[in-house]
Amino acid sequence: MQKENNTTLSSAANSRIRHRKRPYEVIPEPSKTIGGNLLVDDQNKYKSMWIRTYSTVWMIGGFALIVYMGHLYVTAMVVVIQIFMAKELFNLLRRAHEDRHLPGFRLLNWYFFFTAMLFVYGRLLSQPLVNTVTSDKILYQFVSSLVKYHMAICYFSYIAGFMWFILTLKKKMYKYQFGQYAWTHMILIVVFTQSSFTVANIFEGIFWFLLPASLIVINDIFAYIFGFFFGRTPLIKLSPKKTWEGFIGASVTTIISAFVLANILGRFQWLTCPRKDLSTGWLQCDPGPLFKAEYYTLPGWVSQWFPRKEISILPVQWHALCLGLFASIIAPFGGFFASGFKRAFKIKDFGDSIPGHGGITDRMDCQMVMAVFAYIYQQSFVVREGISVEIILEQILTSLTFEEQQTLLMKLEQILQERLGHS
Amino acid sequence: MQKDQGSSAPSTPTNGRVRHRRRSNEFPVEMSRTNGNHLLANDHNKYRSMWIRACSSLWMLGGFLLILYLGHLYIWAMVVIIQIFMARELFNLLRKAHEDKRLPGFRILNWHFYFTAMLFVYGRIFSHGLVNTVTSDKFFYRLVSRLIKYQMVICYFLYIAGFMWFILTLKKKMYKYQFGQFAWTHMILIVVFTQSAFTVANIFEGIFWFLLPASLIAVNDVAAYFFGFFFGKTPLIKLSPKKTWEGFIGASVATMISAFVLANVFGHFQWLTCPRKDLSTGWLHCDPDPLFKPEYYPLPVWISQRLSWKEIAILPVQWHALWLGLFASIIAPFGGFFASGFKRAFKIKDFGDSIPGHGGFTDRMDCQMVMAVFAYIYHQSFVVPQDYTVEMIINEILSSLTLEEQQILYTKLGQILQERMLGLY
Repeated sequence: MQKENNTTLSSAANSRIRHRKRPYEVIPEPSKTIGGNLLVDDQNKYKSMWIRTYSTVWMIGGFALIVYMGHLYVTAMVVVIQIFMAKELFNLLRRAHEDRHLPGFRLLNWYFFFTAMLFVYGRLLSQPLVNTVTSDKILYQFVSSLVKYHMAICYFSYIAGFMWFILTLKKKMYKYQFGQYAWTHMILIVVFTQSSFTVANIFEGIFWFLLPASLIVINDIFAYIFGFFFGRTPLIKLSPKKTWEGFIGASVTTIISAFVLANILGRFQWLTCPRKDLSTGWLQCDPGPLFKAEYYTLPGWVSQWFPRKEISILPVQWHALCLGLFASIIAPFGGFFASGFKRAFKIKDFGDSIPGHGGITDRMDCQMVMAVFAYIYQQSFVVREGISVEIILEQILTSLTFEEQQTLLMKLEQILQERLGHS
Repeated sequence: MQKDQGSSAPSTPTNGRVRHRRRSNEFPVEMSRTNGNHLLANDHNKYRSMWIRACSSLWMLGGFLLILYLGHLYIWAMVVIIQIFMARELFNLLRKAHEDKRLPGFRILNWHFYFTAMLFVYGRIFSHGLVNTVTSDKFFYRLVSRLIKYQMVICYFLYIAGFMWFILTLKKKMYKYQFGQFAWTHMILIVVFTQSAFTVANIFEGIFWFLLPASLIAVNDVAAYFFGFFFGKTPLIKLSPKKTWEGFIGASVATMISAFVLANVFGHFQWLTCPRKDLSTGWLHCDPDPLFKPEYYPLPVWISQRLSWKEIAILPVQWHALWLGLFASIIAPFGGFFASGFKRAFKIKDFGDSIPGHGGFTDRMDCQMVMAVFAYIYHQSFVVPQDYTVEMIINEILSSLTLEEQQILYTKLGQILQERMLGLY
């Protein structure tokens, strides 16, 4: 390999390149001149870029296919990704020596995973599930009672795991076991929080899942490209390969593409309609005021250049700008957190499932922060605009039985009397 | 000190441990092979320690009763204060003074996350109550409604700010310590806030649903102590060498019986059984729930000949209380075992030393935490007739519509249902 720099740090860079395929090796400390590790100076960069591009294209292709197939398949994909992430993370801080003394301890991890999945997806999918089985009377009653006792079932499941943990505590292994127990909880919280918000987004309309995910991908890719060609000033000590040029270039690109993508994606009813049940068929709905195009006349000097006199903007594009801003400024902190974590525990990558990228957690670190924000943004600033008396009235008349409607009326009467009694 | 037994080797560590009792965070002496010598029945200083424990227990009980009398809002304040002390004990526990000197401002980060969690948890719980309290004042109503509407966003951005602050203060060579502290902070906050959120939710359903589980845990503790004191011989679990099977079984029976009796006693007070819908502190009056209306069962003849009653009044809630008692005696002690195992794992004697004879706040609350969560879930699943879909829609109505819109909805729905009823005949 040709050497551009004659300093000692090129050997450090070379040894790191040769070690790229072995993901768990210790990273050698970056030497004093950090500039030597930037991507611009990395001679093997073209080869690594080819590997990354190849696997990126495959991931995007598979993803597009699943989005085409529908909500249920996207949810299934999220669940599968979640299982792989949990497996990577469970394996990360385990020590083989102690594990030999503790048979069945790995099983406990997966037991808690199963309980968490029952809890999270039970809550999320309870309403759509009930809507799906309204036709069959017996199944409806069965599902309704499951939903009613859902919290109790999950709680007892958790308590059983808790008691199992305590009864298997072994002398001299206490510290390791408690550490693993805490680690399991942290993993499950991180993995399930973001995946539950992701699935909730999906059922509000694939648009609210696709747009944030795409923005993160775009931000990643353009940060890579800008850093590749222009990167000079290091951004943060935690991730020595990131540069200010890459960061700023990617921010601008992300915000612009947020605006454009929202317009493109907003035109498909498959993406913008919410899904109220668990069917997989075609979806038709009233688009809602957010996705109805508004026409703005262009000012005179612009319309002389372009052939069009006015442009149509969907109101959702303004929301997309906020999402783009978050994706470029704050979501990268998820990546910094993961980098810091890897440095703290001296690991190179979370796994090696994806060639050129590392493990699945490496790809999902920024996505997780974004998914939570997208859900909270949507619940607070977007959804409320569409709710009105008519919509709720329609919901009441279609989803409840006659007796339930009467119960609702009585409860509403009580609440209103209490409120009016105060004023 | 007089020595009752003649066995030589184990008595010195016992005396050493007794003299060390006041220095709460010392390393506990390794258990010797004859476990029996550490049982409470053989501890000759036991009367003195029992006196200290009894004194502090009485003080705690007295203070608790006073606050109970004052009302729901004061109980909530007490829960919050206990929570702050617990969090402080736990934050201090795994901190290392050496590393902390190099990380100024790191402790503030803990309390920032604590404050965010408090805003999130209590914001959700009190959103309805708060709205009901301020309906009189138009300006406040709008301010409070707006705060509630954006509560999730506010809490989220506070959390993200803390997250970013954490990342920007990561210092080289301290990464592992900082990540460890970050994870530890999250675990503490989750444990502390889960149980206190459920406790407060219970309180506003009716003080009964807070008082009964808490009393059962206290009764179980006290009864286990006394049964172990007088009869304890067989050790129960290696994690807690002072606990015995006799204490456990005796306490279980005592707890179940007192659950049945206490539920009857508590169920007669409206102050305890009525739910509180707003944040006022005045007197509470409500239509008693069918659970608290006594049902009369005639006693079989052979009993009624000896006692003067012909029938006994049983509140239906007493049957529910039996389940609570069963859980409190069998499963809640695992919270105590967990805490004991944790203390052994990290080689600490007590979580703190705020309460003489008992240790810190967390030592007292360990079983309470498991019980509070169970009480809430039991109440939501088996006591309240839960109309799931109706509740969901009511929540949506209350959170998305203004008062005028709610009234419009009510009138329209009333009309439609009336039409349907007339149409049926």
